[in-house]
Amino acid sequence: MSEIYMPRLSDTMEEGVISSWAKNVGDKVASGDVLVEIETDKAVMEYEAYEDGYLVKQFVSAGDTVPIGAVIGFIGETPDAEAPEPGGAPAAPAASEPEAAPAEEKAAEPAPAPAAGEGAAGAEGPARPRTSPLARRLAKEYGLDIDAIEGSGPKGRIVRADVEAARDRAASGAPEAAAAAPAAAAPAAQAGSEDPRASEELKVSQMRKTIARRMAESKQEAPHFYLRRTIDAEPLKAFRAQINEQLADTGVKVSFNDLIVKAAATTLSAHPEVNRSWEDGRLLQHHRVNVGVAVAIDEGLVVPVLHGTDKATLSDISTRTRELAGKARDGKLKPQDMSGGTFSVSNLGMFGIDSFSAVINTPESAILAVGAMKPTPVVHEGEVAVRNTIALELSVDHRAVDGAVGAAFLKDLAEVLESPMRIIL
Amino acid sequence: MADTAKPKGGGTARNSGGRRRNRSGAAQKIADEQPKVLLDYYRQMLLVRRFEERTAQAYTQARIGGYCHLNLGEEATVVGLMTALKDEDYLFTNYRDHGYAIGKGMSPRRVMAELYGRSTGVSKGWGGSMHMYDTEVRMLGGYGIVGGQLPLATGAALAVSYRGGDEVVMCQMGDGTTNIGAWHESLNIAALWNLPIVFVVINNFTGMGTTVDMSSAEPELHKRGSAFRIEGVKVDGRNVLEVRDAAADLVERARSEQRPFLLEATSYRMKGHSVVDPAKYRTEEQAAEAKDEQNDPVAIFAKQLSDAGVLTDELREEIAASVKEEVADAADFAENSPHPDVSTLFDYTYATPVANESRRMPADPVFAE
Amino acid sequence: MSVITYRQALRDTLRAEMLRDENVFVMGEEIGVFEGSYKITEGLLKEFGEKRVRDTPIAEEGFVGAAVGSAMLGLRPVVELMTINFSLIAIDQIVNHAAKVYGMFGGQTPVPMVIRTPGGGGQQLGATHSQNIELYYSFVPGLKVLAPSTPADAASMFRAAVRDDDPVLFLENLGLYNTKGEVPEGDESVAEIGRAKVTREGTDITLIGYSRMAMVAGQVAERLAEQGISVEVVDLRSLRPLDRETVVESVRKTSCAVICEDDWLTYGIGAEIAASIQEGAFDYLDAPVRRVAMAEVPMPYAKPLETAALPSVESITTAVKETLDAVGRRVG
Repeated sequence: MSEIYMPRLSDTMEEGVISSWAKNVGDKVASGDVLVEIETDKAVMEYEAYEDGYLVKQFVSAGDTVPIGAVIGFIGETPDAEAPEPGGAPAAPAASEPEAAPAEEKAAEPAPAPAAGEGAAGAEGPARPRTSPLARRLAKEYGLDIDAIEGSGPKGRIVRADVEAARDRAASGAPEAAAAAPAAAAPAAQAGSEDPRASEELKVSQMRKTIARRMAESKQEAPHFYLRRTIDAEPLKAFRAQINEQLADTGVKVSFNDLIVKAAATTLSAHPEVNRSWEDGRLLQHHRVNVGVAVAIDEGLVVPVLHGTDKATLSDISTRTRELAGKARDGKLKPQDMSGGTFSVSNLGMFGIDSFSAVINTPESAILAVGAMKPTPVVHEGEVAVRNTIALELSVDHRAVDGAVGAAFLKDLAEVLESPMRIIL
Repeated sequence: MADTAKPKGGGTARNSGGRRRNRSGAAQKIADEQPKVLLDYYRQMLLVRRFEERTAQAYTQARIGGYCHLNLGEEATVVGLMTALKDEDYLFTNYRDHGYAIGKGMSPRRVMAELYGRSTGVSKGWGGSMHMYDTEVRMLGGYGIVGGQLPLATGAALAVSYRGGDEVVMCQMGDGTTNIGAWHESLNIAALWNLPIVFVVINNFTGMGTTVDMSSAEPELHKRGSAFRIEGVKVDGRNVLEVRDAAADLVERARSEQRPFLLEATSYRMKGHSVVDPAKYRTEEQAAEAKDEQNDPVAIFAKQLSDAGVLTDELREEIAASVKEEVADAADFAENSPHPDVSTLFDYTYATPVANESRRMPADPVFAE
Repeated sequence: MSVITYRQALRDTLRAEMLRDENVFVMGEEIGVFEGSYKITEGLLKEFGEKRVRDTPIAEEGFVGAAVGSAMLGLRPVVELMTINFSLIAIDQIVNHAAKVYGMFGGQTPVPMVIRTPGGGGQQLGATHSQNIELYYSFVPGLKVLAPSTPADAASMFRAAVRDDDPVLFLENLGLYNTKGEVPEGDESVAEIGRAKVTREGTDITLIGYSRMAMVAGQVAERLAEQGISVEVVDLRSLRPLDRETVVESVRKTSCAVICEDDWLTYGIGAEIAASIQEGAFDYLDAPVRRVAMAEVPMPYAKPLETAALPSVESITTAVKETLDAVGRRVG
């Protein structure tokens, strides 16, 4: 005949407790009779029947709590009337599913504004780039030209991540990866070709400007010193072969560079005094080890950063490096992919370079330059033998790291590479 | 003042309203009083008169700023009401409060200094004309918002009652106040909770420019307490003794019976609503009536005292000279008092010091670099 | 520790304060015989009697003003206004009298009183009973405005309010009365008025709220943590004085802020917070400060309309995600 619901008896009530039933199952009920006492959030209240009949079912016992709208009992016409099982969901106010007609479709998204630095529509010179206040402050702090940074925020707003990426790129000497592909805008070469002896001024890309400024800054401000060590690469070669054999099924192939990157990270963990930066007169100790890996691309060179290199497995490093290199070549690196490095590895071995001295990617305090692996006559176990070697050269910022400290690091790194099982242990 | 101003009590004032007074009755009243008390009342009334005249003058000289409402024409009401209160009784008034401040015991010097906005003023220069306040003499404020003082006074009476105290609260207001919500709410609460309070309506027949007839459906204001079963009494505010007796009767009944009463005192505002009000809305007849010596409470009382032989010419001159000197002294004191130091600007925002309280000057940045 | 409701925390604290100081008394509509519209004063009339638990007529101006007057004579009234909507009838006494008496008379008489009143929409109470107008009072020097969001804060801040010598508007919330939280057993702590609290530490973005919205902000933070977003939550707790330092310090750390408020946006409390952030953390902001606030309409009765008009976990989450997207942290 009719269900009895948990009533809403106070304006803040959400659920109620059956304090006690005033009628037992089978009792005759008249409209106005007290059926049940309900404890709300405020008080115990009597709840009366709205109609005559018999209480045929109590679905909720005294002491139990149920939400407003839950069926708690049933009144039937006869004492033995059948009480239907209460439906699944309580008939609570349907607050959650507003059925209002949707407002008319939003107007189409406004067309994106021109990217920052591309100049305003008018002829009055370049528009001021959109920047967040934080980005502007950081750019000033890092000595960066805010106009030279491309923003990744809404409508090209330059945000912190962009500035930090620009700083890191500048420090590594890598060109502006995301700079609007200058390929299309060919240098104005045709014009001044009358005098074949005359030098020709090329259009300087923002990328080139940044490299020029940051490399000059690094060499002028960071007193570099250089440490060299040649390692016996035979064990490394064997180790690599062994690993790749094991990884054959996975499609992952670990390169020598991956091994060197991981070895550098492992050694950095043991030598935190090298994992430091000298910034604005402050010496910062980094607790994370993020190794940047130089990647050659058509426009120049970028240094994507492998965050948490010390914690990553070799296959991780291998996969992520390839991924980042791919993104770099496609111009799809995000600012955060290039920021936060604490150490860099630059490898020119593929060009057959014996060894070289790299410019430090400030504010990092060291960069490892890796030469080509080549067979070399060496003294091995007391005899002259021909073995594969690799020349390593570490450039160190003397403001943050002293000679002996750097030397100890390089010594350990060499030993790790010569007993490569230590790379992964 | 309180020592010499013990009300005689008993004399019911219930039939003392109205313009036509029984002169012989008044003469009898005077004959019943101590000359010393009468002369003291006269001096106080004259002090209020001269003080307010000096205030008007100082206002026109730009020594006093803001709004400025005077008690000119209300001297008998002011002195009559104040002499009905005991020292420990509390007083709340509206913004027309200079005379009451002096009458309740504040020195004219400090009241004038408050008008001048000096740090020696009763409210340290924070209140001005409308906000005379002194906990020492238990005048808990002149209030500038019409009706604002009624709930406060009712609450003060509640505190007295809560503690079982013996004090009475007097709450003064103008005729226009009887139409505001706070009036009805406060009288209801005071009656409901049996609070020892006397509401006093000064009926000068004009709230700013609006007459009582224009604004009150029941223009007999003392009857407006009847909705709350509060007894109301009307008295001629031009006569200091009648006001005193009527007020004293109600104050003492409020004290002994622990319930509220209502007193209406009719009076004439001799000037406009405030110093700057030329009162052009008055008809010639009304203006003449307000200035008529017959309606001037100081003149009326002086004549009564002369007729009774209490106030001789010699005494009159003596009192005039002494009042003049006191007022001049008050003005000098105010003039020579220091302005409050700007460094005290944030001293009175909170009684309990609190974290992050703003002490910013207008041009200060919210965050200093 | 015991876990009790916000309502219970208030009731227990009020009772304890009445036992502690006989100058403390309560008055308001339906607080005695009826035991309070929201049952904060339940049992008090029986325990303390009519003198200290005073049912008033429906006359907010009259009884709030009477509380001011009694406080001027040294009593410590705790006035209950049934909801903050009704405070409008008493606003002259609150703004022109309670807030002025101490300063206007040169610091002679403090006004130690508390006005307890709940705000909050979401109960289908319609346009005149769902407003959050604490802003009106937060605007006024001389008043202190407190808005606790947890049972523990409700207790310690109420204690502070009763013991403070200034008029305090103590904002409660219909949506908080039944919420539960830990309150230390036998806790006697007295909160410091004028202090916000960082209720959850985070690094990516700051969420700012008070009263019910501080609770909702915490729920948003909880949800976003599962997606790897680290949200810092600042509970303002005191609307006057306003603890700008704590807000700004947090935003200097996270560089992004979203303010959640249950009042209307234009001229609202969030506007003041946003203005403070731009002044105190300008060079630290990496994205514009966002405000999530009530839709600017008289609150409708119908549930779907009401739900749509109120800020929610979902709407705040959206604002947070959009803000983080703008600084290069794409979320979910």
